[in-house]
Amino acid sequence: MNFKEYLQNNIVYLDGGMGTLLQANGLQPGELPELWNLTHPEIITKIHTDYFNAGSNVVCTNTFGANSLKFDETQLDQIVKAAITNAKNAIINSKAPQNKFVALDIGPTGKLLKPLGDLDFEDAVSVFTKTVKLGAKYGVDLVIIETMNDSYETKAALLAVKENCDLPVIVSNAYGQDGKLMTGATPAAMVAIIEGMGADALGANCSLGPRQLRIVAEELLKNASIPVILKPNAGLPKSVDGKTVFDITPQEFADELTDIVKMGVRVCGGCCGTTPEYIKALTDKTAGIQPAPLTPKSITVVSSYSHAVKFGESPILIGERINPTGKKRFKQALLENDIDYILAEGVNQQEKGVHILDVNVGLPDIDEVAMLNSAVCELQAIIDLPLQIDTADICAMEAALRRYNGKAMINSVNGKAESMAAIFPLVKKYGGVVVALTLDENGIPSTTEKRVEIAKKILAAAAKYGIDKKDIIFDTLAMTISADTSAANATLDALHTIKTELGCHTSLGVSNVSFGLPNRDAVNSTFFAMALQNGLSAAIMNPYSADMMKTYYTYNALKGLDPNCADYIAHADEFTASAPTQAATAPSGDTQYASELQYAIIKGFKDKASEITKELIKVTEPLSIVNLEIIPALNNVGVGFENKTVYLPQLLMSAEAAKSAFEVIKSTMTLGDTKSQKPTFVIATVHGDIHDIGKNIVKLLLENYGFNVVDLGKDVPAEAIVEKVIELNAKIVGLSALMTTTVPAMQKTIELIKQKAPWCKTIVGGAVLTQEYADKIGADKYARDAMEAVRYAEEVFKK
Amino acid sequence: MNETILTKTYSAPPIDEKEILRYAGGIADDNTIKLLNECINEAINCITYKVCYCELPVKTDGDLCDFGVFDVQSKNLTTNLSGCNNVIIFGATIGIGIDRLITKYSHISPAKALMLQAFGAERIEALCDAFCNDIQNTHKTPLKPRFSAGYGDLPLDTQKQIFLLLNLPKNIGLTLNDSLLMSPTKSVTAFIGMQEV
Repeated sequence: MNFKEYLQNNIVYLDGGMGTLLQANGLQPGELPELWNLTHPEIITKIHTDYFNAGSNVVCTNTFGANSLKFDETQLDQIVKAAITNAKNAIINSKAPQNKFVALDIGPTGKLLKPLGDLDFEDAVSVFTKTVKLGAKYGVDLVIIETMNDSYETKAALLAVKENCDLPVIVSNAYGQDGKLMTGATPAAMVAIIEGMGADALGANCSLGPRQLRIVAEELLKNASIPVILKPNAGLPKSVDGKTVFDITPQEFADELTDIVKMGVRVCGGCCGTTPEYIKALTDKTAGIQPAPLTPKSITVVSSYSHAVKFGESPILIGERINPTGKKRFKQALLENDIDYILAEGVNQQEKGVHILDVNVGLPDIDEVAMLNSAVCELQAIIDLPLQIDTADICAMEAALRRYNGKAMINSVNGKAESMAAIFPLVKKYGGVVVALTLDENGIPSTTEKRVEIAKKILAAAAKYGIDKKDIIFDTLAMTISADTSAANATLDALHTIKTELGCHTSLGVSNVSFGLPNRDAVNSTFFAMALQNGLSAAIMNPYSADMMKTYYTYNALKGLDPNCADYIAHADEFTASAPTQAATAPSGDTQYASELQYAIIKGFKDKASEITKELIKVTEPLSIVNLEIIPALNNVGVGFENKTVYLPQLLMSAEAAKSAFEVIKSTMTLGDTKSQKPTFVIATVHGDIHDIGKNIVKLLLENYGFNVVDLGKDVPAEAIVEKVIELNAKIVGLSALMTTTVPAMQKTIELIKQKAPWCKTIVGGAVLTQEYADKIGADKYARDAMEAVRYAEEVFKK
Repeated sequence: MNETILTKTYSAPPIDEKEILRYAGGIADDNTIKLLNECINEAINCITYKVCYCELPVKTDGDLCDFGVFDVQSKNLTTNLSGCNNVIIFGATIGIGIDRLITKYSHISPAKALMLQAFGAERIEALCDAFCNDIQNTHKTPLKPRFSAGYGDLPLDTQKQIFLLLNLPKNIGLTLNDSLLMSPTKSVTAFIGMQEV
């Protein structure tokens, strides 16, 4: 019987701890245990054999840290080969009667993935791929990915297995005392991602004992349709007379784990501190217990790196604002590669209360594959909402799904054969919930019956790819009633039928219904209410619309979805048409402030600066606002900072207020208006360094002082910086480094600039830098703080 | 030899606002205090306080500090550990949550990013102090000041040995980059000498 078959009908016993036993056999702290496969094969085989004799069905090879970051190619090959041989020899040596399997063990790399760490996602996939290929080559029954404490790394490892072999794969994560992974994922979020990618079992191991992991097991069982694994430690470690001991006995371990097996866990074993004794106690205690039946949970769910969002509880809001369609300012941001603008749209929508962010960055003149990929990576680094990847470009779709840290929503597939053939394989491979539009080769049908027919066709096609209907959400296409007044009814009828007869979730791009009409919000919000009443599960909508949010909160309150009407009450005052906010006024008689706007900027009132500018721009030339209001206010603060009467946090708050005033002015100008006349300043944090606060402070001030700042980000190789300098013919480049270890990268960058772009001035800054250091590495200028950088840049361009 | 590697989670040490302002280069005016409070409220719930440590014997010989499982050449560390037969080696981190917040605000509000950065610096120092007090209370012997890789002549790549010894990625989610920077960034590793009485 192969492992997959055995898993379907039996409780599977894994092995117990390896490290603990190796230490007992003399492994020193800091010594690499994987090398023992080669140096002490008899000990490794003996440990595996003891586990089989104790009743384990599966032993995990001693390859937890066997990866190409720790070992070179030859060594890695030898280690994996020997490890598998050692485990297979144990099968031969053990006389125990149960079914026996060998699992290739894959542990975490020990590195954190970008952008928070320095290991690129694709590099992580490559690292795991090497180990997986060796495992497949030397022959194992399954792969176990274990002790992963980060969702992104888990995905990289699972992808490597899925892409490089046909072996069964089971995945286990290390949850902390808060019931989450180290990087924040809940059990439900991990179920979404792991099950979505087609693993054979999933669960939890290490970190804690069975008692503390019980709550994690419950969560996993509630959400997973595949078998759940639990492989806890022997309690918690403590030191007794200089020896490490764990605080529960084999019998206690078996008692507690048996309860959890009765709850439904089907794959069990032990981790740190457990020995064959623990496994023996466990197999004895659970003997005769029938495995809990596997029940499909049919939960429609997407996830981010931190949490899962389930459909069908209360309505899901999908923010539509990250989309250039009809948005001049957004288009400009895309053309200028202004990622901060896109991120701000994400953060603002999250603050308004959306549950998912739609991400669409399609524009004729940009490289959509690269842009979508970078938007997804940057958004998921700072926002914990699941994303809906929205593109018609299939390459961009795949690249974004691959890099996405979670189970994404996919927008969209439709009833055309070509669309389904392109999208469904991606859904199958990367996991995801896909929005299916009820249209096909013949266009959008006008009748309910035809739309439902297309929906059925889509479900049938998806089933052929092994995609369950829970992962498909139908969009019955809202069309404008200004062209056909029966359009809304047709959409709602189809929606209702799909919901009730096919049992599928639904979504609508609500705003389309009002196209061409005045006061669109009124139409949209009423249509939204009607759709919700007809069973709409999710809406792609504008969360900045007070009318739409009013409908959402009111519907939930009326439907009994808002306990004590708490959300409604909390947001009720936002629904009234907002009265013009009182502008900040300078204290009367205070001549220090020449105007309200200057006062707002100098005091650092961001919202007020923006409001005042919105009023001012109705009656004043943009350029006068800049020259007579913003620049004088900035100078006031800048000089204060130089004279040490204004401190850094105040300087930055003022700079942000000025930026928000500029943003208002920018939104009234046409595309690319002033860009070409601005002096260009290239800025980057050097290779190897991931700190960018200092760099961003300098960037903010430079932008306020009228520079076109081209920000290359952090950890930027010298070659990339020089290439950009040459491409833009930039006269000045700013480099930042925080640590002594990355100053050599700064020096290398400066040398390369002097050689390839000798016209370009270099200015350096960062925590470890001093004038002396700057001179030593050949920088043209050392700036102690951001204002000094601004002054120097002004000087360079004056010449 | 079987050195026990222990992991501890602490509750939040008291917040020292003055110290945060000092790190941020600011003064306590109304606006700055408002910013500070916003940052504290937003960050406080995503901070965890974890320490992983082990106690090792130490022998010094000239500039060589020998911990049994590894050794390191450093005049300054040798001086720091003089009179000690044992040393605590630890790694501490306040977790990745604040790094995400700092990244978020470095894109949309550098003022907040600066303040969060300062808050993180104050938190990790407070955690290290809490840990040292804890060790002081249980061990009773006088402790030497914390000494980290990169101080004086102690090479930064001593970090590699510390990470290998304590298995910090697995135990507290602390990782070391190729350029020897730590992620999460608000983290400390150090030696604490335990003086013989």
